[in-house]
Amino acid sequence: MAEVQSSPASPRGDLRGYLYYRHRLPVRIMHWINVIALTILLMSGLNIFNAHPALYWGKSSYNGKPPIVEMRGDEDSDGEPVGVTKIFGHAFHTTGFLGASNNSQGDLVARGFPSWLTIPDDQWLTMARRWHFFFAWLLVINGLCYIGYAIASRHLSRDLAPREGELGTIGQSIVDHVKFKHPTGEAAKHYNVLQKLTYLLVIFVLLPLMIVAGLGMSPGLDALIPGWVDIFGGRQSARTIHFVIAWLIVAFVLVHVFEVIISGLWNNLRSMITGRYRVSTKQKS
Amino acid sequence: MLTRRQMLVRSVGTVIGGAGAALLSACDRLSQTTWAPKILGAGETASLAAQRLILTRKSMAEEFNEADRSPEFRSNGTAVPRSSKYAALANGGFSEYRLKVDGLVEQPASLSLAEVQALPSRTQITRHDCVEGWSAIGKWKGARLGALLETVRPKPEARYVVFHCADAMEMDGSSFYYESIDMEDAFHPQTILAYELNDKMLPVANGAPLRVRVERQLGYKMAKYVMRIELVDSYEKIAGGKGGYWEDQGYEWYAGI
Repeated sequence: MAEVQSSPASPRGDLRGYLYYRHRLPVRIMHWINVIALTILLMSGLNIFNAHPALYWGKSSYNGKPPIVEMRGDEDSDGEPVGVTKIFGHAFHTTGFLGASNNSQGDLVARGFPSWLTIPDDQWLTMARRWHFFFAWLLVINGLCYIGYAIASRHLSRDLAPREGELGTIGQSIVDHVKFKHPTGEAAKHYNVLQKLTYLLVIFVLLPLMIVAGLGMSPGLDALIPGWVDIFGGRQSARTIHFVIAWLIVAFVLVHVFEVIISGLWNNLRSMITGRYRVSTKQKS
Repeated sequence: MLTRRQMLVRSVGTVIGGAGAALLSACDRLSQTTWAPKILGAGETASLAAQRLILTRKSMAEEFNEADRSPEFRSNGTAVPRSSKYAALANGGFSEYRLKVDGLVEQPASLSLAEVQALPSRTQITRHDCVEGWSAIGKWKGARLGALLETVRPKPEARYVVFHCADAMEMDGSSFYYESIDMEDAFHPQTILAYELNDKMLPVANGAPLRVRVERQLGYKMAKYVMRIELVDSYEKIAGGKGGYWEDQGYEWYAGI
């Protein structure tokens, strides 16, 4: 890999080389369905969270222990809302962002996450649940189709599974990522090892765990095998895990979009829309 | 002066930000239409179908140990019904209380609290999950709804059990709380008319004298202050027609998720 490393390709460099068919149509469609579904799921989820903006560990919320995270809209001496976020007992003033922020009319009100992060913008639990469960079904169906396709088309074994000996290059790959050095030329046709492991982690660990923790909040599904939700530590722990993984996926998306931008935004974007990625034949030492 | 790269990054930022803002304002506008929430409701229909497919009448909600119980069982919604009629009943220790059971039954009944307490009972330590997100664990003792229904003999066309309650949801004393469940849940062994919470008489704040427990659904299904049980073939003609007070405000009739 090392011999094809270079600084991010200059726009001029992109004009050389040839177009390589990197992403097949089903993967591209399923990728963009995920973008829409995960965005709406996150934001409707935050509206649902706002109905009771506190997280607990255990089977119930009321077990004698305080919540591990809590967002409160207290009132100051003038009766104005003050946002207070408590994390493991430490209180922070977070007015304007967490605990108290402006609603769609511009009035400062008590609410967990601000209206620009939630669907619908104002507090509306019933509607948020409708958005959430509709797109949850879409995410699950899309995810099952993806896994089926990835196995059948050998996308999983050919493109995502690390090749023999590739795991030994993780250290070098981490150094390359920290230095913002990206594979160019022929090497850019394939995912790098860190990228493969990250995608595998998100596809096979984080997303399934988030979905199962979400299902664990259903009193109906909890009756399937009574007590199964206790593998998470209880229903309230499952709710906390669901919340934390949602933000881990946000963190993944931020890093993913950052990498897409610095490793050749238009080329990457085109390859996820038309499938074609321009492989630069110009190689720098 | 901006380089070409900076301009690209800025324009992309504008495009992504613009697309995001457009998506969100579209979601907010769609929420206000009558048709979009109906399409989104397909998620609810799918959840009900999936849960009915994999759960049986024998699937039991998890039961807990004494040690898991919440120190205090949280009261949500109505804490004290406003009506003077209810106040009189409560002041008399519910000795004058009668539970009416009617509708599509062969033998309508009117039971005193003592008669309800004489029915086959069940004691269970279960978790109460509110639609808002919190949970509380309490020990409930109550008459098995299935046993009560057997004594009044439902007609074959009876499909739903409707609970009419004593608590008015509007300040002017109108819009009484009500709920409905289907026969599948009505005859479930854990579905009880609870008269005891944590080994004590059910407090007013938690629904005295009778509160229904439907352990495989969310808290708003578990109507408090139950005064009358009506068996119907459809709940469309009751109040807002959606099968419950919160359902009439847009919440799902099936609250298993």
